[in-house]
Amino acid sequence: GRRLGEREALVINDPDFQHEDLNFLSRSQRYEQAIRKSSLMVMKLREHGIADPDEIYWFKSFVHRGRPEPLDLHLGMFLPTLLTQATPEQQDRFFMPAWNLEIIGTYAQTEMGHGTHLRGLETTATYDPATQEFILNSPTVTSIKWWPGGLGKTSNHAIVLAQLYTQGQCKGLHAFIVPIRQLGTHEPLPGITVGDIGPKFGYDEMDNGYLKMDNFRIPRENMLMKYAQVEPDGTYVKPLNDKLTYGTMVFIRSIIVGDSARSLSRACTIAIRYSAVRHQSELKAGEPEPQILDYQTQQYKLFPLLATAYAFHFVGAYIKDTYRRISGDIIEGDLSELPELHALTAGLKAFTSWTANAGIEECRMACGGHGYSRCSGLPDIYVTFTPSCTYEGENTVMMLQTARFLVKSYTQVSSGQRVTGMVSYLNDLSRQRIQPQHVAARPVTVRINDPISLVEAYKARAARLVEAAAKNLQAELNHRKSKEDAWNRTSVDLVRASEAHCHYVIVKLFTAKLSEISNAAVRAVMTELCLLYALYGISKNTGDFLQAGILTDTQVNQVNQHVKELLAIIRPNAVALVDSFDFHDVHLGSVLGRYDGNVYENMFEWAKKSPLNKTEVHESFHKHLKPMQAKL
Amino acid sequence: VTAPASKVSLGYDSVLSGVNPDLASERLTASFSVEKLTARLDGGAEHTRMRRAIVEAIESDPAFSRENQYFQSQNERYEAAVRRAVHLQKKMREMGWTENGPEIKYIYRWLSGDIAFLLHRVFMRSISVLGSDKQVAKWIPLATEHQIIGSYAQTELGHGTYLQGLETTAVFDIATQEFLLNTPKISAMKWWPGDMGRSATHTVVFAQLYVHGKCYGVHPFIVQIRSLQDHSPRPGVTVGDIGPKMNFEHTDNGYLMLQNVRVPRENMLSRFCEVQPDGTYVRWGSQKINYFTMTTVRISILSDEVILPLMKACTIAIRYSAVRRQSKLKPGEQEAKILDYQTQQQKLLPQLAAAYAFHFINIYLHELFDRGYQEIQGRNFDSLPELHAFSSGFKAMVTQYCTSGVEICLRACGGHGYSLLSGLPSLYTRVLASCIYEGENTVLFLQTARFLIKCFMAASAGQPIPPSVTYLSSAKPGKCPAKDKLDFLSPDVYLKFFQFSRLLSSSAAKLQHLIQSGAEKHEAWNQCTVQLVKAAQAHCHYITVKIFVETVEKLDNKAGIQKVMKHLCDLFALHGIFSNAGDFLYDGYLSGAQMDLVTASYLDLLAVIRMDAVPLVDAFDFTDKSLNSALGSYDGQVYQRLYEWAQKSPTNQQVSPAYGKYLKPLLQNRLSKL
Repeated sequence: GRRLGEREALVINDPDFQHEDLNFLSRSQRYEQAIRKSSLMVMKLREHGIADPDEIYWFKSFVHRGRPEPLDLHLGMFLPTLLTQATPEQQDRFFMPAWNLEIIGTYAQTEMGHGTHLRGLETTATYDPATQEFILNSPTVTSIKWWPGGLGKTSNHAIVLAQLYTQGQCKGLHAFIVPIRQLGTHEPLPGITVGDIGPKFGYDEMDNGYLKMDNFRIPRENMLMKYAQVEPDGTYVKPLNDKLTYGTMVFIRSIIVGDSARSLSRACTIAIRYSAVRHQSELKAGEPEPQILDYQTQQYKLFPLLATAYAFHFVGAYIKDTYRRISGDIIEGDLSELPELHALTAGLKAFTSWTANAGIEECRMACGGHGYSRCSGLPDIYVTFTPSCTYEGENTVMMLQTARFLVKSYTQVSSGQRVTGMVSYLNDLSRQRIQPQHVAARPVTVRINDPISLVEAYKARAARLVEAAAKNLQAELNHRKSKEDAWNRTSVDLVRASEAHCHYVIVKLFTAKLSEISNAAVRAVMTELCLLYALYGISKNTGDFLQAGILTDTQVNQVNQHVKELLAIIRPNAVALVDSFDFHDVHLGSVLGRYDGNVYENMFEWAKKSPLNKTEVHESFHKHLKPMQAKL
Repeated sequence: VTAPASKVSLGYDSVLSGVNPDLASERLTASFSVEKLTARLDGGAEHTRMRRAIVEAIESDPAFSRENQYFQSQNERYEAAVRRAVHLQKKMREMGWTENGPEIKYIYRWLSGDIAFLLHRVFMRSISVLGSDKQVAKWIPLATEHQIIGSYAQTELGHGTYLQGLETTAVFDIATQEFLLNTPKISAMKWWPGDMGRSATHTVVFAQLYVHGKCYGVHPFIVQIRSLQDHSPRPGVTVGDIGPKMNFEHTDNGYLMLQNVRVPRENMLSRFCEVQPDGTYVRWGSQKINYFTMTTVRISILSDEVILPLMKACTIAIRYSAVRRQSKLKPGEQEAKILDYQTQQQKLLPQLAAAYAFHFINIYLHELFDRGYQEIQGRNFDSLPELHAFSSGFKAMVTQYCTSGVEICLRACGGHGYSLLSGLPSLYTRVLASCIYEGENTVLFLQTARFLIKCFMAASAGQPIPPSVTYLSSAKPGKCPAKDKLDFLSPDVYLKFFQFSRLLSSSAAKLQHLIQSGAEKHEAWNQCTVQLVKAAQAHCHYITVKIFVETVEKLDNKAGIQKVMKHLCDLFALHGIFSNAGDFLYDGYLSGAQMDLVTASYLDLLAVIRMDAVPLVDAFDFTDKSLNSALGSYDGQVYQRLYEWAQKSPTNQQVSPAYGKYLKPLLQNRLSKL
């Protein structure tokens, strides 16, 4: 919208936010630039009176051009956690100072030895009724907090997750507000060891940190006590409902699905624009070199990813809307829809981040050698995005969470109950029970030009793989005693079932979106992309469709053929389709992906600014080369 | 039951004591002799001894330490690489090592490319291969003594793999007996050559040769680009560094623009052709041997630049997975090693099997090329097309597979894999460059496909075809006879899977169909390329499985080595079938029920190989210093090492100016306003 454009211009043209190309700066310099911009950003947010979370998000993403920054955890985790988990008294004490950045906080959950498996965290908070304090300890090397953003150098407080011990009993994980640095001097407090965890694959501007606590005492009132409480005498009061935390997780995972769509869209924009500018080799002897976008192999690399980016965009919007729709219910205490949404978002987070991660690399490879240069922007998109396969829940573990829900639903159906929502296709199983065949063996007449029919094909595939995994699990249980062991021995099948389920959901959502598009030309091109997405997915997984008898050999041939036809159909619209993502050049950060396509001149201009080019003759010549030549 | 060492209490003494019991226990159950397997991989125990002695000599010299590399800037990395290259010259003289000696491959393998002057070596090789005897006599001694430093300038901003498209020009000027070199437009600028951005004084420039207005195609010229006195660029030369990349920070990949730069007639490398003083262009001898040399480069990079990184990544990820404990497999028990999770095994063990498969295919390719070299020396060029197809296809397949394998290892290490201190990000960003250099992979696969199509057509017409592709003419297989999941552990059964030529035959049929229905040849080819790439991949996959099977058959069955290698070979094959199920179900060669048996057999193998996983990576015999990883060290003291190493990060050593300059005013400004 227009308002967005003004805001964007406000930031992009603001001299305060200008700096040297980040690719040429060291890690310390990048951290410093990020901190500088964040500090200014906070001042300017206040000046412009911007307080709406969505508007803050957009402003921030313009200032930092979609990159991480050291205050991310303060704004994204510390403040929201105070709002949702602090008592009114605690909010009085902490919220306004944190809002005014007197307190800069982070969220310290992950430890060196434990990430996704939260119950395994080892940090302890032991209540001492004599002084009415909690004593925080990092009892082992593995218990050192490791990775929290903004912890290394920036924060003076942290919300620390620790195992609560009171009256000699462990009460599980709870959150505590822990001051870690002296206000004024920023020196670590006695009993606190804190620092930066060193260089990473990306996130150069982020001071991911470590935190070790030795008998560090905080007052009883620093435990976040809106739900669970510890009374002055040490009595523990249980929280009413622990499903509430699902809400936050759903929200964060929906953001990652959106990130998958955005990051893949950026990569596609760069690769497709560059492929229209790059000419190479000859298709026909004697003719000028064609644009590489005219090669079938190049189209086959890029267009399915373009379709995927659109698909993920719709999925991200769907989860966000669903979450908004039911978050009212959640506040009202109606949590009935939450388990399914929670299970679904776990799988979709994994599915979309894995696919986008591979897709970004595919885009980079499709740009040949120049994709490897940091001027392409693609290495940066990749290293910034790829950790999302791990954070907020390691992807394989996420897939298994979805699988748990699928198996549970399957079991319900087997025992005669009906299930609702995205898994309702499992209900068809009960009708199948009278027949000795696989559920999916019932003939699906697939029309490969019809997205709705393809949704049915994906549905049949998901049903077959869920059923196969559930049956294999049952067979393992029949042979072995331990549930966990049986689960482990079926986990490869279970992950496949989850993937098939997520794939079905995405094809379904994309297809459903088509009827909502009113402009006929837009609908036509979106239908082509939707078909490409669905058919390409089949051609990459023909084994599943053939084995289940959903498609015949002949149909598989037709699918492969139709994919290639769609490539040629989409080709004339390819650049327009990435232009529609509407990334500003500054935001794209890529010489190859420039809107004006003036690639080579600008690569040269960019390279001239490289640190190695600061002097015409590098100092290494005088220090090493010349003495060597003299000696030899 | 011993306590897991990962939970060592923090007595905060920094001495790492002993091997983590979680890793030690893995080594007790090895089903084979690690030392014997290492010797087998090295090609004999005497090679292992020599390698270890060289590694020891290098690692004991602090000048070669790479401990700080993850903390260094591009400028620092470049300087360190130059310093190391200069030091290496000294070291080689001290140790009596020579460029042509047996030690050199172990030296460069240990350095794993983190050194300057690698393109200087290519510069020398290109003069030796393409230069006349007179040119070799003039330039090689100068380069050997480092009186000049060379580079190799082929790739341009606008052109890479497609060499005919290069735009730099070299025009012969009879009057002065010189070539006039020019960069006529921006896309013609040389771009990417290593050692050229800052170090090189000379380079071999590839340019379109023009004599009397006629273009004779791309030829190599020796061009001096910097002064030998003060290292400043020569007149007409614009040269510099192309800026930061995804890796290779230590290498000064450069750009080069030439404006009316003149070089004497004698600077055109002229083993195969020459421009005579009167401008007559003469070509002699066969360029095929030169062509052969270029072809072998693709094979020569595989071992150190591609397969070695996968072996290192497997070592790091598998050792870490034996130390990392997460969640519980059984209630009440201690947390399980992540290596015990089926999903983790499915990520890592196929990569381990691939590392071994590629080690063996690499040996096979080298033998093949050595034989080819003999034949070509004897003026027999018959095997050249086949060797070319081999080098293109295998370069593409091995680089692609190893790149994805290293990334799988990286992501299998959870959050810690993303720390540079794990060593995995650098391995990944290095190996992935190999998918582009020495020929872009898609282009290479299509070259192999062109060869296969030709052979297929020849076979259909009853003409003789090279031995590696005779399977193309064998009869179409009927149905797979296997009935039990154990049947799929028989190489006779699974080799048949990979022999199928359907992808190729249907591509050929489609090509013909398109041409017969009036499509132009080039358009028909472009229409079939997606499938042709697949066909070329399938061919290389088949040869790899076949060579793995043959290697296992020839192995000594003592010391348990043959048995464990057979498991890996089976896993490599079944993983290939499992991952490409559609190709085998199509046509009904394999039934759905049989595919379930393949899957069952494949998953069973994971559990079997899991028992030997750590010994199998130990056998690669990497020292901790060459791995340079906090997660992958031999002793498995992962967490302590990570913690201590992180503290050495410059971000913890230096006072960040950010606090005083920005954070403090921010904090205090607010304080005063409260």
